[in-house]
Amino acid sequence: MQAETLSMPEPTRPAPILQVSGLHKWFGALHVLRGIDFSVEAGERIAIIGGSGSGKSTFLRCLNFMETPSSGRIALDGTPLGRTTAGKPDEVRYPESELCRVRERVGMVFQQFNLFPHMTVLENAMEGLVTVKRMKKGQARERALRELHKVGLGEKTDVYPGRLSGGQQQRVAIARALAMEPEILLFDEPTSSLDPELVGEVLRVIRQLAEEGRTMLLVTHELGFAYHFATKVIFLADGVFHEVGTPDEVLKHPGQERTRAFLDRFTEFSF
Amino acid sequence: MEYSFDAALVVETFPILMRGFLVTLELWLPSLAIGLAAGLLLALARLSGSRLLRGGSLAYIELFRDTPVLIQLIWFYYAFPIIIGVQLSPFTAALLGLALNTSAYGAEIFRGGIQSIARGQWEGAKALGMRHADVLRRIILPQVFKLMLPAFTNRAVEVAKMSSLASVLSVHELMYQGRLLSSTYYRPFEILTTVAVVYFVLIYPATFLSMTLERRMAGKG
Repeated sequence: MQAETLSMPEPTRPAPILQVSGLHKWFGALHVLRGIDFSVEAGERIAIIGGSGSGKSTFLRCLNFMETPSSGRIALDGTPLGRTTAGKPDEVRYPESELCRVRERVGMVFQQFNLFPHMTVLENAMEGLVTVKRMKKGQARERALRELHKVGLGEKTDVYPGRLSGGQQQRVAIARALAMEPEILLFDEPTSSLDPELVGEVLRVIRQLAEEGRTMLLVTHELGFAYHFATKVIFLADGVFHEVGTPDEVLKHPGQERTRAFLDRFTEFSF
Repeated sequence: MEYSFDAALVVETFPILMRGFLVTLELWLPSLAIGLAAGLLLALARLSGSRLLRGGSLAYIELFRDTPVLIQLIWFYYAFPIIIGVQLSPFTAALLGLALNTSAYGAEIFRGGIQSIARGQWEGAKALGMRHADVLRRIILPQVFKLMLPAFTNRAVEVAKMSSLASVLSVHELMYQGRLLSSTYYRPFEILTTVAVVYFVLIYPATFLSMTLERRMAGKG
């Protein structure tokens, strides 16, 4: 085991919170991510778009190690995560304690909410505080309530998730992630499993978080929302960043033919 | 042909049957508790990343599921002195046999339950920074207990009935006392009917309790 630092392409200011270099991911013979270099700075809001199977969810899930990178390194505050053995720089082992530390700082909201069905809304929002941060019950309760109020569910605290609509469940999931006070929030298609009329209430919460200046990454098919939400848009195709730029550049004036073709499919049936 | 039911005999022998009943309880509850606790550990071994643990637990489970309990009980009683030079009391041999048998079945219940919990539950918890063991303890197992309650009840009932096999090792439990009394008095009808009723009274509350629990839990979430 040895400490090491990543060779940074250039010293950026402010220093990136999260930095990815040479990221590859294989699922068996399937090469999903094909070499991604990337960094997130404080205050950035990054929308990741792309067709299904483009690798956008896999990319996001690598950032908090829901998926283990096949190769490449991810660094938090400039320190690469995982341990290597001398002489084998490609074999990275990730001790559980290190992964837990990352996930405490990089929160995630899932497409399927993944709330705990045997716990009330309040208990869901308290769980990470009590079990991970070892916070006292009363203090955890206070913070969980604060976040539940923020997402507009202060009245539903004693209800079980099964009794809530999809939109409400997703807002609980956001409150649960927020309670941990993460530095970065990852949203993996947070509205894709919602009925159309429930999408708005979740997007409004995410917009509110944007206004607070939180650092967020959002994988989404809601291009209109991405346009207003993001400081940067990434179009992922075939496991690489095909086009990166401001929302105006990527969504309104795409430079790449592939990006244009993707965007055209979204406007095909608009009225 | 007329048969007169000798109620006086039932009353007379009832205290002896009650002594047997207590021994049955002493066999049943500890072997169930030990068996389920060991079953959980076995299930975790079955699901672990280590090939050795997986293989070992699988062999253990199959061994106990694919041989008769009666042989297991007798085997412990006769084989232990030969193998490790320790003579187990009939009660200990029976308790051990029942507990180990229960652990094999319990392991399969736990394994099925753990595997039936959606992957998203693991991910939701891990994304908060929870450790594997905490996810299991706080998120997965509480759901497994609820989901598998009918299967656990089934097992509990099965073990209560299996405990009657201890009578072949001369453990003085309910079945042993019943058989002894019926051959002493030549009144198997009265005695064995009473024994069956006592078993029923023992087991029915367990199934009733589990039905109540199931209904109450169904109301939640």
